[in-house]
Amino acid sequence: MTYSFLRLAAEALRGQTGWTPAWRDPEPKAEYDALVVGGGGHGLATAYYLAREHGITNVAVLEKGWIGSGNAGRNTTIIRSNYLLPGNEAFYEHSMKLWEGLEQDLNYNAMVSQRGVLNLVNSDAARDAAARRGNAMRLHGVDAELLDADGVRAMVPYLDFDNARFPIKGGLLQRRGGTARHDAVVWGFARAADRRGVDIVQNCEVTGIRVSNGRVMGVETTRGFIGAGKVGLAVAGNSSRLAGMAGMRLPIESHVLQAFVSEAIKPLIDCVITFGAGHFYISQSDKGGLVFGGDIDGYNSYAQRGGLPLVEDVMEAFMALLPLAGRLRVLRSWGGIMDMSMDGSPIIDRSPIEGLYLNTGWCYGGFKATPASGWCFAWTMAKDEAHPLNAAMRLDRFASGALIDEKGAGPYPNKH
Amino acid sequence: MLLIPCPFCGPRPEIEFVYGGEAHIARPADPSALDDAAWAAFLHTRSNPRGRHAERWRHLHGCARFFNVVRDTVTDRFAEHEAGG
Amino acid sequence: MSQRFRTAAGGRIDRARPLGFSFDGRGMEGFAGDTLASALLANGVHLVGRSFKYHRPRGILAAGSEEPNALVEIDRGAGRRTPNLRATQVELHDGLVARSQNRWPSLAFDAGAVSDRLAPLLPTGFYYKTFLWPPRAWARLYEPLIRRAAGLGRAPDTADPDRYVQCYAHCDVLVIGAGPAGLAAARAAAGSGARVIVCDEGAEFGGSLLAEERARIGGVPAAEWLRDTLARLEAAPETVLLARTTAFGYYAQNMVGLIERVTDHLAAPDPALPRERLWQVRAREVIVAAGSIERPLVFPGNDRPGIMLAGAVQSYVVRYGVRPGRRAVVAAEGDSAYRAALALHAAGVEVAMVADLRDAAEGALPQMARDAGIPVRSGATIVGTAGRLRVRSVTIGFSGGRERVAADLLCMGGGWTPSLHLYSQARGRPRHDPTIGFVPRTPVPGLTCVGACRGVFGLAEMLADGAQAGAAAAMRAGFAASGESWAVEDAPSCECAPPRAPGPGSGRAFVDFQNDVTAKDLRLATREGFRSIEHVKRYTTTGMATDQGKTSNVNALGIVAQAVAAPVEAVGLTTFRPPYTPVSFGALAGVARGALFDPVRTTAIHGWAAAQGALFEDVGAWKRARCFPRAGEDMHVAVARECRTVRETVGLFDASTLGKIEVVGRDAAVFLERMYVNALANLAPGRCRYAVLLGESGFVRDDGIVGRLSADRFHVTTGTGNAALVLGLMEDYSQTEWPELQVWLTSVTEQWAVIAVQGPRAREAIAPLVEDVDLSRQALPHMSVRSCQVCGVAARLFAVSFTGEIGFEINVGADHGLAVWEQVWERVQGLGGAVYGTEAMHVLRAEKGYVIVGQETDGTVTIDDLGLGWAIGRKKQDFVGKRSLSRPDLAAAGRRQLVGLALDDASRLPEEGMQVTAAAQDRTAIGHVTSAYGSGTVGRAVVMALVADGRARMGEIVFVQMTAGAMAARVCDPVLVDPEGARLHG
Repeated sequence: MTYSFLRLAAEALRGQTGWTPAWRDPEPKAEYDALVVGGGGHGLATAYYLAREHGITNVAVLEKGWIGSGNAGRNTTIIRSNYLLPGNEAFYEHSMKLWEGLEQDLNYNAMVSQRGVLNLVNSDAARDAAARRGNAMRLHGVDAELLDADGVRAMVPYLDFDNARFPIKGGLLQRRGGTARHDAVVWGFARAADRRGVDIVQNCEVTGIRVSNGRVMGVETTRGFIGAGKVGLAVAGNSSRLAGMAGMRLPIESHVLQAFVSEAIKPLIDCVITFGAGHFYISQSDKGGLVFGGDIDGYNSYAQRGGLPLVEDVMEAFMALLPLAGRLRVLRSWGGIMDMSMDGSPIIDRSPIEGLYLNTGWCYGGFKATPASGWCFAWTMAKDEAHPLNAAMRLDRFASGALIDEKGAGPYPNKH
Repeated sequence: MLLIPCPFCGPRPEIEFVYGGEAHIARPADPSALDDAAWAAFLHTRSNPRGRHAERWRHLHGCARFFNVVRDTVTDRFAEHEAGG
Repeated sequence: MSQRFRTAAGGRIDRARPLGFSFDGRGMEGFAGDTLASALLANGVHLVGRSFKYHRPRGILAAGSEEPNALVEIDRGAGRRTPNLRATQVELHDGLVARSQNRWPSLAFDAGAVSDRLAPLLPTGFYYKTFLWPPRAWARLYEPLIRRAAGLGRAPDTADPDRYVQCYAHCDVLVIGAGPAGLAAARAAAGSGARVIVCDEGAEFGGSLLAEERARIGGVPAAEWLRDTLARLEAAPETVLLARTTAFGYYAQNMVGLIERVTDHLAAPDPALPRERLWQVRAREVIVAAGSIERPLVFPGNDRPGIMLAGAVQSYVVRYGVRPGRRAVVAAEGDSAYRAALALHAAGVEVAMVADLRDAAEGALPQMARDAGIPVRSGATIVGTAGRLRVRSVTIGFSGGRERVAADLLCMGGGWTPSLHLYSQARGRPRHDPTIGFVPRTPVPGLTCVGACRGVFGLAEMLADGAQAGAAAAMRAGFAASGESWAVEDAPSCECAPPRAPGPGSGRAFVDFQNDVTAKDLRLATREGFRSIEHVKRYTTTGMATDQGKTSNVNALGIVAQAVAAPVEAVGLTTFRPPYTPVSFGALAGVARGALFDPVRTTAIHGWAAAQGALFEDVGAWKRARCFPRAGEDMHVAVARECRTVRETVGLFDASTLGKIEVVGRDAAVFLERMYVNALANLAPGRCRYAVLLGESGFVRDDGIVGRLSADRFHVTTGTGNAALVLGLMEDYSQTEWPELQVWLTSVTEQWAVIAVQGPRAREAIAPLVEDVDLSRQALPHMSVRSCQVCGVAARLFAVSFTGEIGFEINVGADHGLAVWEQVWERVQGLGGAVYGTEAMHVLRAEKGYVIVGQETDGTVTIDDLGLGWAIGRKKQDFVGKRSLSRPDLAAAGRRQLVGLALDDASRLPEEGMQVTAAAQDRTAIGHVTSAYGSGTVGRAVVMALVADGRARMGEIVFVQMTAGAMAARVCDPVLVDPEGARLHG
């Protein structure tokens, strides 16, 4: 069933009773050509691109709960491609290009909103870093504008420009950056994958990975064994656990990242603002809620809940940036489990086990990568080799030393 | 706010501490004897369990000492603690 | 029409204290003790707001924090305009200014209501299915339209002038909720001597007792028992009572976040008081007595103003002395709604009918209603309602047909949902009880639910439950306690209504009133495959409004369970996430605002520099003087002059922000030898060495000067922003890897003021001020350190340079810093020297090819990349990071190496961060500019860059990608001034 305004209008005449499920609810088959473990954005996108780009349609996505129940539904919905290092830049720009055509491609309105991402600059050193990043982006044909304080003031006059510690000295603006509706991304990919024959199997938890002679055979699940010659893991928040089922240990620590939404207010912030020095980023949803987040809590956690100290840090940054916000109120907070890699960059790679593939280590930058992550992971699974876009995101870089450390923080996951 | 059992000062609020990552990852006595993979494992590989986790904290704004504790990464409950690295 | 709907007498309001207020500009009057909602009802105002999606007229549904409809803006003047407050919680004060929201031009005539007419086209999730064509129209047309319609209230437009404070508390027993169960628990715990904190979100303690007109507890009226209980709690020395205080979040290890509203209810608050107070309470035992929330009934047209929850109506009549209508219909799905009917009847409101949705109405309360002459009809269904801005009539169906009853008030009693929010936040797992709904199942250590929030209803049962739990909690906390018990009379038992899904009907039956989600929307979502309750919630937005579904979630769940033909527990309960009710950003940020957000660090010389007209820059948390422009100079000119003066005569520089660590102990030398790449064990006392610190993964983390004062004492400096990181790293190795080493580390950054004197005449400048040290080149060569007296003050004198000129750094106690500085300044000035700032320092060091970690490095740069490989102690077996240096990608060809760039056009100055390519048209960078400054000494821009295989490209032409196009540059040595070091050692 194709979505369109005409279809909606036709349904209005019969009380919207003609709609059918956006995706099927199939029983898992005994055997697939490929399995994707994890029904989040990355997993569903992987299945979609396996089908669309590589013609591999005998695919199932296995999800332990409901699709989108992990970080896909627990983020601040920001999309951008303002990256610096060669291993990242082209990848995230590819993702941005996929975002730009996503709605037509999926026939689903994921509400991609290119309202601009503005990275505030609060010191001369930060200005130099922003310039380097902007120049690297521009060189690669990615839009980036370095604004001075007046340029920022013209966009967001209500910010506090004169904070003693973090005066706003300018900003790096990527106009093509913005937001997308996170749940709709999940549902759009699920529906589109389903329409190409992919089985989306919910309430199906993987409990073991069967490996024989160094080759993956399939997975044990709460709904029985499912065989497949290729198994891709896209299970943010559970990567170490799943890899452990195959006897692997990863350069990953799991940490909790809290995010927040305020009560709905009339339009106030019409772009995405990031305040790096205060570990803070904010945008306003189409319903009017201010959606914002900060740093990770800073210790290993699978709790999907954070503590008040971090909440206070985030609100302090909020108030430093928007002193008018004192009487606005936070409506809801949530915690997601971030798989933090040791250099702050992801892994999309084969594993030492034949037919088993890894997609992990997204830290808290996974959402914006969703389409490219699926696209590259599908390529890697289909062809058993990395695409040039994800060539740097290999697992063995930790041994060879070719780290992709955007922040230069070193092997401290809680510093990325 | 976690209440962290410092073995030297007693239970104190989280804001007095800094986290030190997984415990019992000792620096090899002779790093040059390790191959690249073994060295990378020391540097980067972590057990990252869902459940009991032996971890290091430093009571920075107290006695300033490092110590190890076992905490459940799901419930945040502390099980036991031990002094030293 | 002043308070036409006030009862003749009764209620807890103070009729002797009338208060004036306005709503949408209309002046009205209420009484002390009113909420805005009760005062509006007393004035006959039911229409208070508009819903989010369809802009439908909405009234007051509830009497507490569960209110989804009656959201208002309260305006207390500049910066004090608060949106989205629930009128049911806003306490009336004299002069209160309230406005309705989300309507234009007026509340009664709202243009946005056109969306209500288009409702057939706008089913749930419609926006996912359309706006797809034409592709560009989304960004240009549809999205701006949707975003313009967003939101309810307005944000304030100036900074919030109020203060917010935070406090921490520990207690033995924290009681959340001061209704009958909570108060009984608090009495039992407080009586044991335990430290007790009791909080309640209401202005008054008492919960349901505040609207209790009939029951007697322990032989006295409930109100008297309440008075007595509060008096006892107030008298208990270790008990703290917090009214207007919401427990909004449960955090690990029994930490509960409370928000206390301190001044919003006052007409003229003491300016010394904070607006709100955030409490972080660590409790040995938490008792949750959060009560329950009444469910609306889901029937067509159930959202009109004048349609209210039955319990709320009882509260308005009994507690506030308000008649919320003239003629009422009560729709009852359980006995409790009859209490509203009886209260209305007693207050003189005509109760046209109790329409009982059950097949039979047999309990004590229905009987009391019949006895009072109220018509009771069972087996009823509510078919629909009429009325535009207020309900006018209710159509009720019976087996025999339907009846239209004129009424301006419709009370809905759909049963009570236990408030599981905090229990669920504490990771309790509820179970589904077919007669009550979800109730706690798994125990949570240290947390007890009592009363209605665990499904215990009935006054006697709640009191007993609370008293028992309060005593038990106190005993677990180590106190001897016993629970009291009281006889309860005249509290007729209520048969509780189990949650039921409404039957499918025609017309729109609202489930989430604020977000306009109907039963039909929920069913549509299930037809589209959204079967998990979380999916339904996200797809339809049910339960996601500012009330977080307090009145809607259970009804939505029932409808979804019915639609997918699954048991309710299989569909699942949505996650309860903090906060329970919205919490202001101000309270969570507390005093950490403005200058206290992240305090600025300044040196002992800061005031002097400011008085000299210095421009400052932020470096880490420090304010550093960037340059000292003289009259008529801009920064560019000033920096050029400062540089020239240093090269020609002498300059004075405040280097106090350098991180400083004192490393002491028998094994101090061994320790530093292991930490730094350099050979340091053989460093002679009195000498210094430039040292580089790596991370264990082999990349450069910091650099500084290691000075050996004596065999067992070192003075180590770090980069300005790196002091804490380096000390932390050193402590880690010292304590955990090498505990056998006897070494002690002390941060002395703040202890020493550092006065740098640099230039050909530096020696001459300081000589008269230094006692007992031979400053000659032979006696005190470059890279030396002495303990001595400078200006009569104990000092550490370093002969070091960051400019390439003869240099000294005088370390004196920070308290003496300014005094010594002023004396040195007098000398420098006398010689024709100048004070210089960080900008000149940067230029001078760049001319000399000195790197700054964090500027030339980004965390992926090795010591060899910087050309500093010479610093590595060749004979060292090991040091931090050594093993990583032999990893293949750290030793590979093609790494970016530090070089100088000489631009063809001497007048051009590239920006730091510009990309470097091999050919002018290349799109792939081979490097980037790390530092770039105009230099009078060199006569062109001094540029440092990291370029792939840079050292092998000496003399090659590369291109700097300037904003205006590529600029050719020749790769050169980064050291441009005095490569032989003649000046340095002069």
